[in-house]
Amino acid sequence: MKKTSAASGIFIGLVLVFLYAPILILAVYSFTGAANIGAIRSFSLHNYVTLFTTPELRDMILGTLALAFGSAALATILGTVGAIGAFYSSRKVNSGISTINQIPVINADVVTGFSICILLVVVLGISKDTYIPLVAGHVTLCAPFVFLSVTPKLKQMDSSIYEAALDLGATPFTALKSVVLPQIISGVISGFSLAITLSLDDYFIATYTKPATFDTISTYVVNATKGSQTTIKTALWALSTVIFLVVILIVAGSNIRALRAEGREA
Amino acid sequence: MTALRFSRKNLALPYALFLLVFVAAPLLVLFYYAFTNGQGHFTLGNLTGFFTDPNTLGTLCYSFAIAAVTTLVCLLIAYPTAYILANSRFKQKSVLVMLFIMPMWINFSLRITALKEILTLIEGNLAMFPFFNAVIGMTYDFLPFMILPIYTTLSKMDRSLIEAAKDLGADEKAAFLKITLPLSVPGIVSGVSMVFLPAMTNYVVLDMLYNSTYIMGSLIGSYFSAYNWHGGSMIALILLAIICIFTLLTSGMEEEDSRAMGGARL
Repeated sequence: MKKTSAASGIFIGLVLVFLYAPILILAVYSFTGAANIGAIRSFSLHNYVTLFTTPELRDMILGTLALAFGSAALATILGTVGAIGAFYSSRKVNSGISTINQIPVINADVVTGFSICILLVVVLGISKDTYIPLVAGHVTLCAPFVFLSVTPKLKQMDSSIYEAALDLGATPFTALKSVVLPQIISGVISGFSLAITLSLDDYFIATYTKPATFDTISTYVVNATKGSQTTIKTALWALSTVIFLVVILIVAGSNIRALRAEGREA
Repeated sequence: MTALRFSRKNLALPYALFLLVFVAAPLLVLFYYAFTNGQGHFTLGNLTGFFTDPNTLGTLCYSFAIAAVTTLVCLLIAYPTAYILANSRFKQKSVLVMLFIMPMWINFSLRITALKEILTLIEGNLAMFPFFNAVIGMTYDFLPFMILPIYTTLSKMDRSLIEAAKDLGADEKAAFLKITLPLSVPGIVSGVSMVFLPAMTNYVVLDMLYNSTYIMGSLIGSYFSAYNWHGGSMIALILLAIICIFTLLTSGMEEEDSRAMGGARL
């Protein structure tokens, strides 16, 4: 038994090394003046200075965040209201909506992005510079996942409380807001956070729908790796490190909160 | 009462409309473009062109090869990982599991950049092993998506079944092959569908690792750059057909909503 658990530990360790070594090594080198991994240079913060002072990089990061939060908010409203509506609709309507909802979930992002570009830009002639195709694309990417995270919460909900609220004189809107919403809020929040991560990670939909002058982190990084500009390349190492730290903080924060909540219940 | 139900049902309207405009309509337009030429006349040329050109057929085969090998490698790494995690008695198990999920939330283009730097350091010239590098890159990108569903299925499994099998005389190996493995099929199927299809289409991973061979996604990208909407639509349609076949083959076997779980855990 001892032997197998040691082997298990080594295996798990190796997988973690595979997943994290590249990010961690890059993080170490982001604090040096080196232009390539492996070269030994002294400590330097110039990558971080470049990252936060170059207007092009700053605009790209802020633009990505604005797009992610904006389209995630839209997707959350649409998906949540849609899930509530579908839940109370006839079985036929509900299954119709659920089926179409699965398409962007299963579909390859390349196909989703390309098809939206064809409809909005080629057929309807909407200019990419209006940001409408880009936002529409990201909302289409995210809303189905919000729908999917809210629906199970609606099924678990105690529906008699809603009826009780109506019997006690609440309007349907008030009942939805103060009875239904609190019961599904955890699904809404996880849908929103999933929407943000999907939008932040997207490359394909943005490539096919974005204005030529606008870049998300993904499209910017992909173009930058094709070029040979060293200062930009190493500044992106700093960006990768910052994002890694932010993700660790968010994960640690949500875990500590969850542990505290468990502690309170116990 | 009927008036009230009517108002709740109406909440489904905006989302249904949204799905029709941004999900269903783009696919219909895709159909139209795939089967017409530049003059708007009906043609099967795009379809027959794809299946008679050795280049595009080669691309299809190469995509399948990359996707199949990546899926297999991911499965061979992810299954033992998920198995060890699910059976571990480690006190901070949730933290350990989180470590394997966390890379999902770091922008993929930055992670591939990190991987590229490491591979360049090890191999010297990335162009020497294009297929190998593509598989490593895809595995690096998609591994968490294989680990998560398998882990979920394994940890939900009823442990008493294994004890029962052992009481009835099964050894460790027989219990695994007859109980654990069959019961984890839904997780495996979910994982495979979350790795195989993206591996056929995510051409950016290949681009960034200097693999200039096309996969299916790259074809859409190149038609897009050439403003050839008809050719691109046909490729998108062929991908859609592959996705549909894949989904039909695996329907009912999947772990429920596993793609939505990534966010639920945040």
